[in-house]
Amino acid sequence: MEKIEFAYPAANRRITKKAHVGVVGSGDMEVLMEPSPGESAHVSITTSVDGFRSSWKAVFDRFFSKFDGAVRIQINDAGATPGSVMLRLEQAVEVISQ
Amino acid sequence: MSQTSIIPEFVSRRSFIELDGRKRAQSLFDEGTWKELVGPFDRIESPWLPLQGIAPQSDDGCIVIKGKIGGMAAVAIALEGAFQGGSIGEVSGAKMTAALDLATKDSEAGKRTAAILLLETGGVRLQEANLGLAAVAEVISSVLALRLHAPVITLIAGTVGCFGGMSLAAGVSSYVVMTREARLGLNGPEVIEQESGIDEFDSSDRALIWTIHGGEQRVGMGLADALVEDDAEKIKATIRGYVQADLRPEYRSQQVKLYRDRIAALDTSEQIDPMSLRREWNNETTGGLR
Repeated sequence: MEKIEFAYPAANRRITKKAHVGVVGSGDMEVLMEPSPGESAHVSITTSVDGFRSSWKAVFDRFFSKFDGAVRIQINDAGATPGSVMLRLEQAVEVISQ
Repeated sequence: MSQTSIIPEFVSRRSFIELDGRKRAQSLFDEGTWKELVGPFDRIESPWLPLQGIAPQSDDGCIVIKGKIGGMAAVAIALEGAFQGGSIGEVSGAKMTAALDLATKDSEAGKRTAAILLLETGGVRLQEANLGLAAVAEVISSVLALRLHAPVITLIAGTVGCFGGMSLAAGVSSYVVMTREARLGLNGPEVIEQESGIDEFDSSDRALIWTIHGGEQRVGMGLADALVEDDAEKIKATIRGYVQADLRPEYRSQQVKLYRDRIAALDTSEQIDPMSLRREWNNETTGGLR
């Protein structure tokens, strides 16, 4: 198991809602997305698959190139592929934008 | 002929099995009456899984929702089968027990509160061994306390099924509702094969497994009360019926002599087939609302 953290200071648009999507089942993950306590976005990941820090970084760099909300994201992961990770993130954004 | 009449009913139905644990529990309540207790943002996770290199889940795979069903107070406790096989650990067990005990407290104070257990579980979480076993004992004693005041309804929809320690909780509940896809048994097929050999039970033989553990057989034998289709509206209506139902005068778990005599009377000199077992076992004394 590995814990990974990222910060995205440029994402500073205020967010008011929170979202919980996904299940920590094989090949899937859960996302908890809520307003950040500070004025930037923060990501913390707990994954059962070690050694993929650079892949996580690439997914979140791409995600925050389009999304600018000051969110706190917590992920519990059971081996989701980068594609599934992005889908879950987009699903969470959909919920907080409703 | 109109366009709609040629579309069969099963096309337009909303599948219950395809919902996750949280959506299943929510779907049972009267609209706008429910709220989740100790939800994911409370972050009550298993402290034991990360120590063993396994990612935890923010609700520990146990979803507790309180609200009204058919206008009556009820609490639904769902196990998420996709997370660690729906297994019962320290946290998920404590959530289940606490919810049942609060329902008992409300019922004793005059506000009858039924409980619905949505069990998709392989039983005790092996990573939390003794704590999981203790949790099963607590859940069972809490079910026994509540069923004196309000119905405790176990709903097994599938596709994980209900096995191990939690099958005992199903066994002591007031009513058991199953789909054809669901399975209920103390030992799961793979456990039986592992312990007694493939000649005893072939866990890859799906037809065999469902003629023994499957919902249709369990209801046919009188060990479960209602067989429902995988349709969220129909399941909601069935559960509402049991929430409003009278308390049972006698529970299956109290009919020790009846079941001992039945087992003693079985002729094991030849293979017993599922259909004849249904004919011999299912009668008025064990059947529920049908």
